[in-house]
Amino acid sequence: MEVPFSLLIGIFFAAAVYLMLSKFLVRILLGVAILGNAVNLLLFTTGRIVREVPPIIPAAFDHQVAVTANPLPQALILTAIVISFSFFAFLLVLSYRAFQDLGTDNANEMRVAEPAADIAPPTGY
Amino acid sequence: MAAPAASAIDLSKALVLAPPALADWLVILPVAWCLASGAILLMLRKNVRLQPPLAVAALVVLLVLDALLLWRVIDGGPVTMVMGRWLPPFGIAFTVDLAGALFALFSALVALAGGIYAAESIDASGRRYGFYPFLMLLMAGVSGAFLTGDIFNLYVWFEVLLISSFGLLVLGSEPRQIDGAVKYAFLNLIATTLFLIAVGYLYGLFGTLNMADIAAKAGERRGDLPLMTLGVLFVLAFGMKAAAFPVNFWLPASYHTPRIVVSALFAGLLTKVGIYALIRVMVMLFPVEGDELSFVIAAAAAATMIFGALGAIGQSDTRRLLGYLVISGIGVMLAGIAVGGPGGVGGALFYALHSMVVMTALYMATGVAGRLSGAFDLNRAGGLYGRTAFFSALSLVLFLSVSGMPPFSGFWPKVMVAKAAIDIGAWWLAGTVLLTGFLTMIAVGRVWVLAYWRPANIPAAPGEGAPRTSAMLSLSALALVTVLVGLFPDPLLQQVQQAASGLAEPSAYVNSVFPQGAR
Amino acid sequence: MNTVIFRTLAPFLTALMLLFSVFVLLRGHNEPGGGFIGGLIAASALAIYGIARGIRPVREALWFHPMTIAAFGLLLACIAGLVSIFAAVPFMTGLWIYPGLFGIVVPLSTVMLFDFGVYLVVVGAVTSIALALEREDI
Repeated sequence: MEVPFSLLIGIFFAAAVYLMLSKFLVRILLGVAILGNAVNLLLFTTGRIVREVPPIIPAAFDHQVAVTANPLPQALILTAIVISFSFFAFLLVLSYRAFQDLGTDNANEMRVAEPAADIAPPTGY
Repeated sequence: MAAPAASAIDLSKALVLAPPALADWLVILPVAWCLASGAILLMLRKNVRLQPPLAVAALVVLLVLDALLLWRVIDGGPVTMVMGRWLPPFGIAFTVDLAGALFALFSALVALAGGIYAAESIDASGRRYGFYPFLMLLMAGVSGAFLTGDIFNLYVWFEVLLISSFGLLVLGSEPRQIDGAVKYAFLNLIATTLFLIAVGYLYGLFGTLNMADIAAKAGERRGDLPLMTLGVLFVLAFGMKAAAFPVNFWLPASYHTPRIVVSALFAGLLTKVGIYALIRVMVMLFPVEGDELSFVIAAAAAATMIFGALGAIGQSDTRRLLGYLVISGIGVMLAGIAVGGPGGVGGALFYALHSMVVMTALYMATGVAGRLSGAFDLNRAGGLYGRTAFFSALSLVLFLSVSGMPPFSGFWPKVMVAKAAIDIGAWWLAGTVLLTGFLTMIAVGRVWVLAYWRPANIPAAPGEGAPRTSAMLSLSALALVTVLVGLFPDPLLQQVQQAASGLAEPSAYVNSVFPQGAR
Repeated sequence: MNTVIFRTLAPFLTALMLLFSVFVLLRGHNEPGGGFIGGLIAASALAIYGIARGIRPVREALWFHPMTIAAFGLLLACIAGLVSIFAAVPFMTGLWIYPGLFGIVVPLSTVMLFDFGVYLVVVGAVTSIALALEREDI
């Protein structure tokens, strides 16, 4: 199962990078969302993919006997999902506010903080 | 569920059975204290008059806790506490060594100065919005990042401080803040995602997230693992967080937009967390890969220094100028990391501590200067020296300190880094460090000449009469630190050198996590 | 969204979902469930109430500001970890007490307190986001 998953992860990363290269905030936002999912899938795959075998050590053993998926990456994904969800919510609101306040979602036109016609500092006393 | 019966399983293999010493709680208390006091301040959000005194008291307690922790670490070596009694590497460990304790102490100092400065500069609506709770949560994230001994936990604290920094960044909701926040938020999110990718690979390779465990295992299993890939990912992720040259553009786009005290805190805390994490990972966990990448880091360091200083010279807005100085300082720290050894890494640590104090103070001084002269623009500012000689003197101290002039705190770490670079034959890097000091001197010297020395030639500037007491208090305290460290560098010099050797040879760190010997 | 049926049913649905969220929270110790998912259920219950009746009734029904609830949850979670300082065990170690209540042993633990803190954090944070988004202008 790992090979198709790694291909899928590659597609996700490619799509995310492609979208993030855009200059429009909405596309960058979608790219970031896909990037988060790509990373989650990556973590998932690093923990081995095995179906229907619970990672429980049988009684009288002190180590795992069956080949199971490692549960820790799944716990890490849970944390990462929560974090990327909250970031996505924040970025969504921020992009909307940016569109309202600055009147554009084109990153090239967002020059309020760094004006294009910047005055040079005085060269003499 | 009834009370568990006594089982026949040997619990000592899985659980910490000895009760922890009371002093060990100092590892966890800074974080827990910040979270708890942040929660209380958030509940008292509507009580705007109670917020500053409570927050300053909480930050004083944090400073005391961090000072006690540093004292404990100097006294008895690295301290560890694991969550929930699970033995490492299964339980999440909080481990602090000298480097972490020093960073934590200076971050608390900077936050306290920021808290005092904000008492008069953040108005009632900003307090109701939650400036102080966000500050405490930011400190929870920063302290957590400095004190944790688990790499995924480090990622979580990165996110905690990032989320709180978003909250602080948009305080005020002006269009230019939104503009800066968009760039800051997107680029920082990509950086932390890169960090997460690296952590995922790391776990896949080692099967552990505990830093002491990784440090012990990386040595024996080097060769059959693609550690170089990991190293490059970590360097890129942390370099982006620290605003190193090719990936620094979020910083000058956003640091001048929020309230000046927020900029001051960001300049003092955020990029240094990136540097700390870079040192922790590339020096302690993967030293061989760090050495192999040292030329890349050195090239990035040189470019960061020079472009930062040149960017500062090209700015007319003093807040934007300081953003470039932050970047240029990051370059010096990277140079120290690239050079390596107790001199190089110690110099990087020392410079980071110096930069925390001085950059925060510089932003605060700029805030005061901007209020007095009514403008941040060098074309319009002027006449500050004639109005407040004491404040001007403080600013001059900070200007000299940031450009690395003796007898202030910026001098010694630059000497350490330059000397370490010359010792390994990297003359060009040492020369770049010195050239950067010269260029920085030009940039800040011009600010001094134009905004302070020059008579106020534009009478229209509607500034205020005298600087605020709270601002002067925190500014003087930070300036005093830079002067004292500059005049008596020996104690700190010894500590950073010891911290650097503790990072290069982490046996004490590993022993503190695995007292019975590594598995 | 303003039909009579929805407006009449929403309070009952909300009450039922809140009850269910507490069930999920308490169930979570040994079975699927827990503070996070329980908090999400409770927050969506409040969101439904907000869609049906408007934001003001939700704020009045909650009595506390959502962020205050989240802050209280954070404080509880912190305290749950710090209790172990008195039991001489490391931070966040689960501590249990078994008080008898009318002849039934009720196991209580710091783990549950922590989970309850998580529940409140999620309820508060998600509800405040949801209420902010339900306003016409963000």
